[in-house]
Amino acid sequence: MSDRSIRGKVAVAGVGETTYYKRGQSPDAEFLLGLKAIVAACDDAGISPKEIDGFCSFADDRNDPSRLSAALGVKEMNLSNMQWGGGGGGAAGVLQNGAAAIAAGYADVVVCYRALAQGQFGRYGQGPQVPYIQGERAFTSPYGLMSPAQMFAMKVVRFMHEHGIKQEALRALSMASYHHAQNNPRAVMNGKPLTEEKYDNSRWIVEPFHLFDCCMENDGAAAILLVSAERAKDLKQKPAYILGAAHGSGYRAAAPVHNSGDYPSSNFSTVAPHLYRQAEITPEDIDVAQIYENFTGGVLMTMIEHGLCKPEEANDFFQLDNLIAQGGKLPLNTSGGNLAECYMHGLGLQIEAIRQLRGQSTNQVKDAKIALAAAGPMVSPVSTIIYGTEDTL
Amino acid sequence: MSIIDPIELPVPYSVDEINREFWKLCSTHILHFQQCQGCGHWRHLPRYMCSKCGSPDWHWAPSSGKGVIFSWTVVHQPMHPAFGGKTPYASVIVEMEEGVRIVSQIPELLIEDLKLDLPVEVYFEQRTDDVTLPFFKVIE
Repeated sequence: MSDRSIRGKVAVAGVGETTYYKRGQSPDAEFLLGLKAIVAACDDAGISPKEIDGFCSFADDRNDPSRLSAALGVKEMNLSNMQWGGGGGGAAGVLQNGAAAIAAGYADVVVCYRALAQGQFGRYGQGPQVPYIQGERAFTSPYGLMSPAQMFAMKVVRFMHEHGIKQEALRALSMASYHHAQNNPRAVMNGKPLTEEKYDNSRWIVEPFHLFDCCMENDGAAAILLVSAERAKDLKQKPAYILGAAHGSGYRAAAPVHNSGDYPSSNFSTVAPHLYRQAEITPEDIDVAQIYENFTGGVLMTMIEHGLCKPEEANDFFQLDNLIAQGGKLPLNTSGGNLAECYMHGLGLQIEAIRQLRGQSTNQVKDAKIALAAAGPMVSPVSTIIYGTEDTL
Repeated sequence: MSIIDPIELPVPYSVDEINREFWKLCSTHILHFQQCQGCGHWRHLPRYMCSKCGSPDWHWAPSSGKGVIFSWTVVHQPMHPAFGGKTPYASVIVEMEEGVRIVSQIPELLIEDLKLDLPVEVYFEQRTDDVTLPFFKVIE
């Protein structure tokens, strides 16, 4: 690929979140949740919602830019963009798209957002409840394989067996998220700490995933406001700059019925090199990581494919002490993430990366200057952003 | 682990012509996959062109029916009501000698005996008048 790069051209001006609810408990409709998060991001930045001229979303968000523009009273809409992919794999890609539009001059103030009320609409995580199955699912459902948890478990089983990785590694990933959630008042699992015993005694969903290895289902909304690096200098918040952004997947990564070439994979093996090339850093430069937990096994593979840990070191590296903000080697999911803060399809993890660089996290990593936030392991496309403070430019 | 109530479990119902042929060929009790007539590459699930050489020409070719366990998961929480009384059960991926992978079950194999690369071979069970499904058993 070329040496063109987004590095330092675009910055995060504002972030906004609604209250995060358990699934079905939002008193607000999904569209209103979206509006609230967008307005909160504008307040955070000190920019009027009417100044927004670009909208980017992902995961087939139902709240389209034309309706949002009308509701917010935006003066003109210059960008309307959707990142493909049904799951959270676009939670970083959505920012990549918004940043590209700003760098290209298509729009000046781009909001990247996700609103999700699973109570108002359907639930994730379940298979179709019908007796006759068409298409690709017909090749898996008769054998009891129909949900994302089940499909992804098979990638993780193979990966763990190939590399001799123990269940305790997954437990440490889950415990890191729950550990951080206890300091985060926004977290749905705040006040509900997780112990090794509680994890070990929790029920299996699909092996190797216990209950606590699986993301929550939530209602809420989140939004991130992007502007040019020049504009960001004069705003309310300390800017977090995009140093690198990449999305995609490797050769036939989504080949049906488990026929992908690089099967036991989070699908970042081709994405990560583009990311580091743009950002002009190496994995050793990362101060804090936010990695999308659909299931803990995906986090493990994502970190390895981003060069943050070698497979043969996994059992030693994935220990709670290494992963916490309070002195860990590589603090991970410092808001509580999708497991314990909120499953907002991973946009909350992007916001936490930005908070770390502003010095505003409830689990602040000392002197954090470079943060990596990855989205959607094991789906296609997956995506990652590397953010940096002004010092890193 | 025994199987299975043939009435209530989900069965394939194909509107797609190539998918329908795959399931129809299962009623011969010989597993068939598509094979490219351009380069000989095997593929599954059924599709219209070869991802390796790009040729649109293909035919159904009989598989040896033999392969190895490539991965699995043990399901404890059923995601479909028909599997409610069946847990825990293992769903497996078998990598066939031809190189393609297929999802199935190995009903007679104990969960604790599952391991990577264990040799297995296909057999068939008729589920409805129209549907015969491939399953696997361990090669002794």
